[in-house]
Amino acid sequence: MNQEEQKGLETALKQWERDCQVQQLPSMDSDLGEPVKVVYTPLDTAGQDYLEKIGFPGQYPFTRGVYPAMYRVRPWAMRLYSGFGTAEDTNKRWKFLLEQGNHGVACAFDLPTQMGLDSDHPLAEDEVGRLGVSIDTLADMEFLYEGLPMETLISSFNINAPAAVILAMYVAVGRKRGLSPEKLGGTLSNDMLCEYVSRGMWVLGVEGALKLTVDIVEFCARHMPKFYPFNIRGIIMREAGASMVQEAAFAFANALAYINKALERGLHIDQFAPRISFFFSTGTQVFEEAARYRAARRLWARLMKEQLGAQKPASMLLRFTGTVGGSFYRAQEPMNNLIRGAYGLLANILGGAQGMLHPALDEPFAIPTEETARLALRTQQICAYETGVRKTADPLGGSYFVEALTDELEAKIQEVMNHVEDLGGAASAIESGFMQKAIADEAYRMAREEKDGTRVVVGVNKFADASQERPNLQVHRYNTAAADKQVNRLREVRSQRSGQAVRVALDRIRREADAGQNLLPALVEAVSAYASLGEIMVVLRDLYGDYKEPVVI
Amino acid sequence: MNRKLRILMAKPGLDGHDRGAKVIARTFRDAGMEVVYTGLHQTPEQIVAGAIQESVDVIALSILSGAHMSACRKVMQGLAQKGAEDITVIVGGTILEQDIPELKAMGVAEVFTPGAPLEAGLDFLRKQSQS
Repeated sequence: MNQEEQKGLETALKQWERDCQVQQLPSMDSDLGEPVKVVYTPLDTAGQDYLEKIGFPGQYPFTRGVYPAMYRVRPWAMRLYSGFGTAEDTNKRWKFLLEQGNHGVACAFDLPTQMGLDSDHPLAEDEVGRLGVSIDTLADMEFLYEGLPMETLISSFNINAPAAVILAMYVAVGRKRGLSPEKLGGTLSNDMLCEYVSRGMWVLGVEGALKLTVDIVEFCARHMPKFYPFNIRGIIMREAGASMVQEAAFAFANALAYINKALERGLHIDQFAPRISFFFSTGTQVFEEAARYRAARRLWARLMKEQLGAQKPASMLLRFTGTVGGSFYRAQEPMNNLIRGAYGLLANILGGAQGMLHPALDEPFAIPTEETARLALRTQQICAYETGVRKTADPLGGSYFVEALTDELEAKIQEVMNHVEDLGGAASAIESGFMQKAIADEAYRMAREEKDGTRVVVGVNKFADASQERPNLQVHRYNTAAADKQVNRLREVRSQRSGQAVRVALDRIRREADAGQNLLPALVEAVSAYASLGEIMVVLRDLYGDYKEPVVI
Repeated sequence: MNRKLRILMAKPGLDGHDRGAKVIARTFRDAGMEVVYTGLHQTPEQIVAGAIQESVDVIALSILSGAHMSACRKVMQGLAQKGAEDITVIVGGTILEQDIPELKAMGVAEVFTPGAPLEAGLDFLRKQSQS
């Protein structure tokens, strides 16, 4: 647009605003509370250099997507977060989900496993197998994968504090089947910082946790080329209340903390950056969420190339799994969650997600049943095969509104990242409670808005139907027999293994930690001797100390 | 009653989902109550001891893992052992309707399930302190 055209357009726009009394129209804000215009025009994207800022899918700066074909060759990976009871229970559910057309499995661990406690620990009482599968020893991991092809099945593990132990078990089971680590694909969340910010599944102090994170990254860079050693979890913070901007900015800040440690270890950025992936949560504000992903992709590519000196294009890609965060679902009229999920899914796909982990409609109450899990998958399959959303890459690209939003959100994410940097980086911003407080403030703001009705939730604060009875859902119920079975198996394993081999292996962990070595080989030996996850975590706590929470509300 | 109501907001057990606990704690605080928040991963013993030490009127337990039965039972037993049954206990979280009668039989004063309005707990405590 030349100057003359721009002038002409400005005049025409002013005229239109007068003629239509646009100023009198109701004002509307974005999810972040910023005013949204009645309409967007080429003036909002004037001066934007197409090739520099938008470009083509699969090319720098990747605004339009990380791969040229996007969803043409195949749709996004559809997975369901799943795990409960014993390894056999979960193995059975996984097989059911794979038969229904899920691509790979996303393993949910129970709280004791996530907290590094064995199932017979007093603090594990009433939690074993409740929210995920219970893993104590290699024996459980063997049952988990029974009859499943580890060499082709893509597994993702939602585990942070004991991530290194779980990876060691995965490697050890592979080895028993004659599969070397090179052959194993999958993803480990291995994002400890998000736990300190939001979900509280912490064990070790920050320094010790970062050491193990980087051990995993280094081990994978050298021995597991098909494996994604960390999956940075914005979602954990979004679900605690972070805004869409905070989610992206804090996730990037956390990622930078790991990257900087890995670089200090002597790795080159291109050795591990192609294996970095993210996991974000998406709400139902379709255009804002999609624009945020476009903005995040561009920002990440710039950061990797210009700030961190990545040379491989694969290092610059923001690959992410999206989900519709359970916090966007409501208990009232739970069937409505199916619709919320579908819109959030659309936002994810318009935003260019590589995978989706779609929540089931009963998320506010319990983990899913087979029926609700199937509906969550069907929602994705209908989107992929019946809506035409896969036909062209980045269908929102070039929209005056979406391009303007993309610029605006990119600047906002950068602003929050700069603030974290000024505080000394992610670890400092977490140890001082800054991120926690910022997120709690947002959560409170949203709760107040929902209370006063400015944030509309259908069936809750608008069109609420008082005559609706409490939902009569058949929800998943916790099976205490599974917990008993789990504890018995752990005892059996302890009685059958060689105590001497376990002691030797645990000593090796201590020795190699003292020598500052990468602990993964020692961990593989320990789990292969059937040392339990809890026993190993005790050793690591002795070595690295516990975390102390800065309590903020 | 002139004295400000004192509340211990507590997260028992391993569950680390504290969004609700923090939002409700602020709601109480903004309504003029005094709120002490325990932070995560508290044992029932720590919660009972904390409540007595802070001389609170109310313990508000937040549990989203589904392990509310055992956690509530242990807190109620702990209070009884210390002779602190006068402390009102309320609980919120992912609790199914069918669990409510048993929780109330243990002595829990009120239960807030998914979908409860933001100020449901506040309204309950205000009504209770007037009666």
